[in-house]
Amino acid sequence: MVAKQPHLELRTSPHVKRGVTVERIMLNVVLALLPIALFSVWQYGLSALALIVAVTLTCILTERMFNRLGSQAGSLSDWSATITGLLLALTLPPSFPLWMGVVAGFIAIALGKALFGGIGSNVFNPALIGRAFVQAAFAVSISTWAPAYAPHRFSEFIPTTFTMPFMTPADIADWAKHALDGFTGATPMARWKFETYFTPAQDFLSGAATASAGETSAILILLCGAYLAARKFMDWRIPVAVLGAAALTALAFQIYNPERYPDPLFVMLSGGLMLGAVFMATDMATSPVTPRGVWIYGAIIGVVTVMIRYFGGLTEGVMYAILLGNALAPLIDQYTQPKVFGERAKVKK
Amino acid sequence: MAIPGQKIPSNIDELLEGLWKQNPVFVMVLGMCPVLAVSVSAVNALSMGLATTFVLVGSTLLVSLLRNVIPREVRIATYILIIATFVTVVDYLIQAISLAVYDALGAFIQLIVVNCIILGRAEAHASKTPPLRTVLNALGMGAGFTIGLLALGSVREILGAGKLFGVTLFGPDFQPWVVMVLPPGGFFVLGAWLLLFNWLKTRKPQAAQPAEGHVHGA
Repeated sequence: MVAKQPHLELRTSPHVKRGVTVERIMLNVVLALLPIALFSVWQYGLSALALIVAVTLTCILTERMFNRLGSQAGSLSDWSATITGLLLALTLPPSFPLWMGVVAGFIAIALGKALFGGIGSNVFNPALIGRAFVQAAFAVSISTWAPAYAPHRFSEFIPTTFTMPFMTPADIADWAKHALDGFTGATPMARWKFETYFTPAQDFLSGAATASAGETSAILILLCGAYLAARKFMDWRIPVAVLGAAALTALAFQIYNPERYPDPLFVMLSGGLMLGAVFMATDMATSPVTPRGVWIYGAIIGVVTVMIRYFGGLTEGVMYAILLGNALAPLIDQYTQPKVFGERAKVKK
Repeated sequence: MAIPGQKIPSNIDELLEGLWKQNPVFVMVLGMCPVLAVSVSAVNALSMGLATTFVLVGSTLLVSLLRNVIPREVRIATYILIIATFVTVVDYLIQAISLAVYDALGAFIQLIVVNCIILGRAEAHASKTPPLRTVLNALGMGAGFTIGLLALGSVREILGAGKLFGVTLFGPDFQPWVVMVLPPGGFFVLGAWLLLFNWLKTRKPQAAQPAEGHVHGA
């Protein structure tokens, strides 16, 4: 929304403003996401590129459609639909068929954002709504993983990418074995859960571990998050609380039984925890605003993530943990209202 | 027992009321329990709709015939008894016609007895209206309910299984949307239909009278 500047502006303080607008914050988040997206394209090749482009375009077009149909606030120029699209694509497996990606993108904006009234009014993180939907609808495709650094990744697509709409994607196990020797197709977390195999930490840092498109580069995610936090476009307390709570919970379990439970570093680096903690839990519209509330919110997400991973049926729990945290955010805000300056404690009768 | 000054609706209006203007599913949003639970496939939806229509027509007819005999104080209990009789009939009927459908619908056939559409019609319409008109109204309501169930059931069966009335539509390679046959799918599809109908309704008055844009009877 570009409002015309009146010649004389009469208003109360603050009179000196930092030029921070929604557009500016969102553009910076897009910039911070681009290195992660580029890294995933470098790892997974053409298929990851096609997926990112398709999902982001769907989100933008859906946003445009709802802006035309309804009378909601926000527009394409605020970049928020682009962020949703990028984030959503980065949480999907690189071999995800494009038509399912399009479904996920449409659901993310339509159900996760437009129905609530557009930007700033959404209760849940739109990208995670889209992912939760395809997780429930296409459970097999969303847990089929392709190898990173396949030799022909820039000259050929993963066979499942161009599956006909509404059709089941082909099995890529044979193709994956052919593409990369010794590829097992299981994520580090699945290998831990079902085989008690601990993937070494350097695999996560180099991005060699099997995962969703944008989850593999913990260092890159941290660097991009640090940029946003340094420019104060993101609340640094949230990722610190999420990762800290997850690490502490994992540590407690490891002390209890070191042979069964992995070390805190594994928990922090594996799966989508890093991406979720830095880019999704910090969504301004769906996280609490009070300083104390932010810590509680982050801690809940961290603990719930580890609980789902250890005791749930799924191997990954970040998505549901953040959605649960989103749902609790208004309640947390209500109970952590700071005391107004000069207010006295109520006298107990 | 018309209120003085109020226009008595014609027989056609009585029939059409439930189909569109007061559609039980899309306008009144009544009887959601069977709507969401049973609309997994078109066949289930159709059987549930027909069963409910049968109970609706039978019970409103009986209530209407007995409307001057039933004491006011015990009317709800009497209605329930009448409805329960017809539910028992339909329960055995479905069991006799198709055991597969009976198993698929499960407890929801017996639960027709507490369906608020039926009790609502008995209390609000049949207890004050002569038999012919109340039967017409019940037929319209039943048809509207069946259409609503079918609308949900078809979408859920097409997306959730790639079939319609058990006939495969897209060949063997179809990717089923598992979520559509799960409970959340029912809410998604119902929400989408409500969105569509509300959107159509708000568009119509805007096009007809752009100056006022006022919707009556919201």
